[in-house]
Amino acid sequence: MRGRLLAFIYRHRSLQLLLLLVPPAGWFGVVYLGSLAVLFVAAFWSLDPLTSAIRHELTLRNFQQLVTDGVYRVVALRTIGIAAIVTVTDVLLAFPLAYYMARYARPRTRAILFVLVLLPLWSSYLVRVYAWRVILAQGGPLEWGLAQVGIPGVAIYPSDLAIPIVFSYIWLPYMILPIYAGLERIPGSLLEASGDLGARPGTTFRRVVLPLVFPAVVAGSIFTFSLTLGDYITPVLVSNSQFIGNVVFDSQGVAGNVPFAAAFAMVPVLVMALYLIVARRLGAFDAL
Amino acid sequence: MRRPILTLAAVAALVAAACGGGTATPTTAPASSAPSSAPTTAASSAASPGASPAASAGTSAAPSASGSASNPYPTGDYGTISPLKPAVDLSKVGGAGEGELDIIIWGGYAEDGTNVKEYDWVHPFTDETGCKVNTKVGNTSDEMVTLLRQGSTYDGVSASGDATLRLIANGDVTAIDPTTMPGMGDVAPYLINAPHYVVDGKYYGTPHGWGGNTLLYRSDMVTPAPTSWNVVFDPTAAQPYAGKITAYDSPIYIADAALYLKAHNPELGITDPYELTQPQFDAAVNLLKQQRPWVGKYWSLFSDEIDNFKNGTTIVGTTWPYQFNALKAGGTPVGQVVPTEGMTGWADTWMLSSKAAHPNCMLKWMAWMLTPEVQTQVAEYFGEAPANPKACKYLDATYASYGFKNFCDEFGVNDPSFYNSVAFWKTPLADCAGGGGTCVDYSVWSQKWTEIKG
Repeated sequence: MRGRLLAFIYRHRSLQLLLLLVPPAGWFGVVYLGSLAVLFVAAFWSLDPLTSAIRHELTLRNFQQLVTDGVYRVVALRTIGIAAIVTVTDVLLAFPLAYYMARYARPRTRAILFVLVLLPLWSSYLVRVYAWRVILAQGGPLEWGLAQVGIPGVAIYPSDLAIPIVFSYIWLPYMILPIYAGLERIPGSLLEASGDLGARPGTTFRRVVLPLVFPAVVAGSIFTFSLTLGDYITPVLVSNSQFIGNVVFDSQGVAGNVPFAAAFAMVPVLVMALYLIVARRLGAFDAL
Repeated sequence: MRRPILTLAAVAALVAAACGGGTATPTTAPASSAPSSAPTTAASSAASPGASPAASAGTSAAPSASGSASNPYPTGDYGTISPLKPAVDLSKVGGAGEGELDIIIWGGYAEDGTNVKEYDWVHPFTDETGCKVNTKVGNTSDEMVTLLRQGSTYDGVSASGDATLRLIANGDVTAIDPTTMPGMGDVAPYLINAPHYVVDGKYYGTPHGWGGNTLLYRSDMVTPAPTSWNVVFDPTAAQPYAGKITAYDSPIYIADAALYLKAHNPELGITDPYELTQPQFDAAVNLLKQQRPWVGKYWSLFSDEIDNFKNGTTIVGTTWPYQFNALKAGGTPVGQVVPTEGMTGWADTWMLSSKAAHPNCMLKWMAWMLTPEVQTQVAEYFGEAPANPKACKYLDATYASYGFKNFCDEFGVNDPSFYNSVAFWKTPLADCAGGGGTCVDYSVWSQKWTEIKG
């Protein structure tokens, strides 16, 4: 009986595929898309001001408040702006290292660099944020070092400037790895051909390397941008500023206003949807 | 609303205790000598340990929470603290235990030795009553209210004053009979009839502990020693410390601003910092918006405030006594004062859910938590004043690893004027807590808090 069943499955390729994909797809569909749907619906509910109970009637009040109340615009723009700064910074930091790793480093050096890039991911996120806090705080190594060269009194913690600094560090590995993968895939013969045809190294880089590696950069930027967009711990720990996540957390936890939290949580979802559409246009997913 | 992660507390406190270990043994100004207008301050510095008086009450402008009425309820006797064996017969409290107890707690209110092995008041309770204790930590008062309303999942909650009245009004908790609750007679006289859990003469729970949000400052950097909240609110007085001020990161901090305005802008007519009309509320919000640029760092984890005072990122602002004690024990020159305007604070109560599946175990837990021995462990572990002053016998003798000498004086347990100077947290309600009129309710408080922080 068991043999017959297995044989049946063996003969029907599509059944194999189905059995293989149903558990992950079901999980994705029910848990992930389901909760997104609940989030979307909850955003149109409201809170009864007297009893603090959730009123299950559809209303646009939350979105109205998001648009008319200036503070939420400021928070959203701050979050998106810092996510963009972090992304650009990480591209600039990651590219040279990834280029060196992919094209120049010997296998041994490359292995060591890989370990060094990945090493921070072995430690807790909180430990890394707190480490930066110590570095940036008053009396920390940075202030001390700058005072030695005649620039006293630079304490970056706590301030808004500390947020992109810490984020750029924390998400850097997620940018280095895709760029490295993209660069490694470019055959050396292409660069040689470019040189043979008379292109200087600069021209080769601009017209051959960059277009080929650009999708990888965009892929990396999806990580750095979305991770920054959704974070709310680092801003609390190193600054007085709020991210979208902080307002969502406070609306949900402190005020018990789940509908408003859901409405504001839609903002990063929409931003990421736009981002992914643009990224697709730019070919970030072509190499998948 | 305020409780931090206790593991951090344990680590911080152990470090603090290890570093400071009993060098600072302040004496305390007796309560009777505290004048009613000028506050006594506490300043300790690394250079002169042992020379500092403890914070004592500075104002007699005290509302609510009546004082010295006699307490007719049953009292308890002493047991032993190590091993923890309070002299209370829990088999006579309530009926037969149900074998389980599910409670919602502030982090640190049911320590079972996991974080610090010397503190375990859960296992001895289970050994004695057979009630297995399951805890769920609520991070804010609002979260606790939501959890308790979920149905019969939980038997009780350690509710703060900003949650208790909501729970009572909604019928989520049920009254207990104080005449059958051993230890009720030992509760501090100023707490036995406190309005945050006694409504219409009915007792909706048993008091747990309390504390005030005092003004903390670096005594080497903030001179002269402050006596008023004006160092964090007044443009002139706060100017020298701009960028170095700290404030509590929660909507309830708006009450601190209202308390300040109550004293300094009498034309606003604020009587209760939690019951604010729209103009009063707007004035408090504006005060906080004005303060915003001077704030170096808001704190929500108390370990963060300790860090920031240690390295000088912030040097003046609101605190719980715990941070002051930890900093002092760690050798940081800090002072603490009850400002002339008074202060905000919290008082927590164990409440029995009206849908409890294990009511007898909950009643036994309440009686257990009131005993001087358990109160000692709780007060010292968490750093707050015990509701039962009999615990002072152990606390003042410096019970365990991070004990402070003269604990009960430091925490104002024996000083009714200290308690009366506290404007205890309660839920801002739209009907001004039944006082008539229209007040700004808590959901607006939390919205405005987002706006203040920007």
